[in-house]
Amino acid sequence: MNFTLKVWRQANETSRGSLETHSVTDVSPDISFLEMLDALNEHLESQGKDGIAFSHDCREGICGSCGLMINGRPHGGRKNTTVCQLHMREFDDHDVIVIEPWRARAFPVVKDLVVSRKSFEKVLQAGGYVSVRTGSAPEANSLPIAKEEADRAFLSATCIGCGACVASCKNASAMLFTAAKVNHLYLLPQGKVEHKRRVKNMVEAMDASGFGNCTNQAECSAACPKGITYDNITRLNREYLKSVFTT
Amino acid sequence: MELKSKAPGGVLADKWNNHKFAMKLVNPSNRRKFTVLVVGTGLAGASAAATLAEMGYHVKSFCIHDTPRRAHSIAAQGGINAAKNYQNDGDSIYRLFYDTIKGGDYRSREANVYRLAELSVNIIDHCVAQGVPFAREYGGLLANRSFGGAQVSRTFYARGQTGQQLLLGAYAAMNKEIAQGNIEMYTSHEMLDLIVKNDVAQGIITRNLRTGAIKSYIGHAVLLCTGGYGNVYYLSTNAKASNVTATFRAYKRGALFANPCFTQIHPTCIPVSGDMQSKLTLMSESLRNDGRVWVPIQKDDTRKPSAIPEAERDYYLERMYPSFGNLVPRDVASRRAKEVCDKGLGVGGTKLAVYLDFSNAIERMGAATIRGKYGNLFEMYERITGDNPYQTPMRIYPAVHYTMGGLWVDYNLMSTIKGLFVLGEANFSDHGANRLGASALMQGLADGYFVIPYTLSHYLATERPELIAETDPSVSEAETKAQADIAQLLAIKGSKPVDYFHRKLGRIIWDYCGMARNEAGLKKAFSLTKDLKEEFFSDVAVSGTATDLNASLEKAGRMVDYLEFSDVMLIDALERRESCGAHFREEYQSPENEARRNDDDFSHVAAWQYMGAGQTPKLHQEQLVFENVELTQRSYK
Repeated sequence: MNFTLKVWRQANETSRGSLETHSVTDVSPDISFLEMLDALNEHLESQGKDGIAFSHDCREGICGSCGLMINGRPHGGRKNTTVCQLHMREFDDHDVIVIEPWRARAFPVVKDLVVSRKSFEKVLQAGGYVSVRTGSAPEANSLPIAKEEADRAFLSATCIGCGACVASCKNASAMLFTAAKVNHLYLLPQGKVEHKRRVKNMVEAMDASGFGNCTNQAECSAACPKGITYDNITRLNREYLKSVFTT
Repeated sequence: MELKSKAPGGVLADKWNNHKFAMKLVNPSNRRKFTVLVVGTGLAGASAAATLAEMGYHVKSFCIHDTPRRAHSIAAQGGINAAKNYQNDGDSIYRLFYDTIKGGDYRSREANVYRLAELSVNIIDHCVAQGVPFAREYGGLLANRSFGGAQVSRTFYARGQTGQQLLLGAYAAMNKEIAQGNIEMYTSHEMLDLIVKNDVAQGIITRNLRTGAIKSYIGHAVLLCTGGYGNVYYLSTNAKASNVTATFRAYKRGALFANPCFTQIHPTCIPVSGDMQSKLTLMSESLRNDGRVWVPIQKDDTRKPSAIPEAERDYYLERMYPSFGNLVPRDVASRRAKEVCDKGLGVGGTKLAVYLDFSNAIERMGAATIRGKYGNLFEMYERITGDNPYQTPMRIYPAVHYTMGGLWVDYNLMSTIKGLFVLGEANFSDHGANRLGASALMQGLADGYFVIPYTLSHYLATERPELIAETDPSVSEAETKAQADIAQLLAIKGSKPVDYFHRKLGRIIWDYCGMARNEAGLKKAFSLTKDLKEEFFSDVAVSGTATDLNASLEKAGRMVDYLEFSDVMLIDALERRESCGAHFREEYQSPENEARRNDDDFSHVAAWQYMGAGQTPKLHQEQLVFENVELTQRSYK
């Protein structure tokens, strides 16, 4: 297969970026999107040119490192699929493919397609945990949890922190990310004790990090490679209000 | 140098308890005076950093990712073992200990393995308290499954994401300490060297991967929790950034590297599809519970699998191992797959794959049941290969998955350099020659949450290490060296990208030090890697600059270490003249092609000492003493 790529190149956070055009030829349909970029980079590097910087690591859809806007859609738009698991057979021969980094004020570009997601760290550090010291835990089965509740908590806990939700949102809101962690812990009895403080602090940290507001369009949920559902946000809104008015 | 395990004497079951009492403590108000450097934030590093910070130590934590949560522990699918005996099926700490030491083919320390089994129960308690969403039964209690051929159900799991959920628990605990200022977090930092003075670890040199800045950090102790070296094979199930650099550079500063040839090859992975393949994906071995492994009887059979009649298929595992069939252990299943492919019976475009067929299971139980059990795995397979495993058999092939070898540590997890502790996959300790399924997560967390808090405190209390000055010559020497190494790589300006060399090295090690090894092949590999080294240093193309985010430079630095490290692996494989666990020397096998151990000569840990550039490393042995288990030969016929 042959493709024309229009790739965002930007030297650093403060420099101006632009789209650079590359042709890639003889691409096997069985390689992944990132392997296609690897091949292009090997070609560039062997000519002494700078390869295109992009984030990646596990390449099996679980570490959350990768994330590219492909033709305007986070991770390329295949349902429940991170870009590392997207294969070239999903494209048509001779397609023009536009590749950009996540676009959000809270995710400044580091270089080319790499962005800084430190703002996510700030949100989690504000309360995304259960305060339990190593050694102080009770016997695990002393606290039965209904299977349905545990399963729901698990579904919220599957967030990989990639940032596709923010990238897909026209306001670059981090509500789905924040809601997923709040709900994971809220749905379990272990997390209930600190819940009120947690939800308030995490929402405040989110607002302070430069993310935009949520206007209930649910693009985030459609773009989430782990399929985290929109009702997480509904519950976050409710719990935030409860917390603000009762503490 | 005599290797002292420091394993306490006495009754096996009391060793750790007695040892805990015998160790010295650090007064709570004194703890903040100690700075501990923790490198790596996988399960071992994150659990250690969080726990030590909670105790009051001043922790500096370093990771190569943009956040601690992305360490490769997240990719572990299957589960974590613990001897809770919640299923009332006869499990016990002793049974988990016994299974683990036997599974490791008797090449690990009894005292360490028993401690691991003992601590497994605390891990589950702690992780549940943190909010790790383990699978549960309808009664609300924790669910278990049987894993990796174990006869008891002792594996706790969170669907196919157990590693992810456990790491998120440890990462959350870190976040709490980061917010309180007890952990200073350094993300996108790669450790390039260890600072050693008077044989004591004093700090590390790092490169900021975003800015290229080289900087030194001084501490009272250094913990390496930097994972395994599976990527020496280039293609493996490891993440792309997983590497041997931190442990190998510590080796070059005097830490011994133990059993480097013990590398685990997992039998059920998605096969290589072409030259540009960058990594391999594991399919949970639970698939072998219902899938049947086969190849065509005829060579070069190009018919579709459905067109090959039953009589022309060889279900070779069922034929060779009537009692265990498709469920033989990982090393056996992997070797048999290699054998049939070596005979030219492999399937698919590359002929390096065997079928894993679910058609009988689907006929027997219905597609819906199979979807319920393996739906997510089938989807993943289809996403990657484009084939639908409900209609056509999966193609699988073994892939490098885990490395049992690592830096040598004593019972206290301290290496041969004082003050340098090694945790998790980075050390060699608990899995012997072969790791059992669902044991890696257990070891990483046992080391970080429950072992190091005691043993590190004891070290600090008894040795009272002093911080060296930032102006100490040992610091500037290491910094200058790191900078010179980078400058050298950038100056080569050759014509071939780093991955060209990595692929070639991987191919050599895979062919000669992979699933089966022999003396002639290992010797050949030495000369091939020597040539490759020369080619690398004359013709590698490292583009970009030293003061920027530069993936090419990062890879080149790691590649230098793989090239040198591969020699240590090869010599270890050559010197271990026996077959045990994952290490299969073709010269040492039974008439039925099974591994033949040599307990008289090789019941030891082989630990290698760096003797200088280009010099053959020196072998040291730690004899393994078995007071509680009887060494038997594994049989799965």
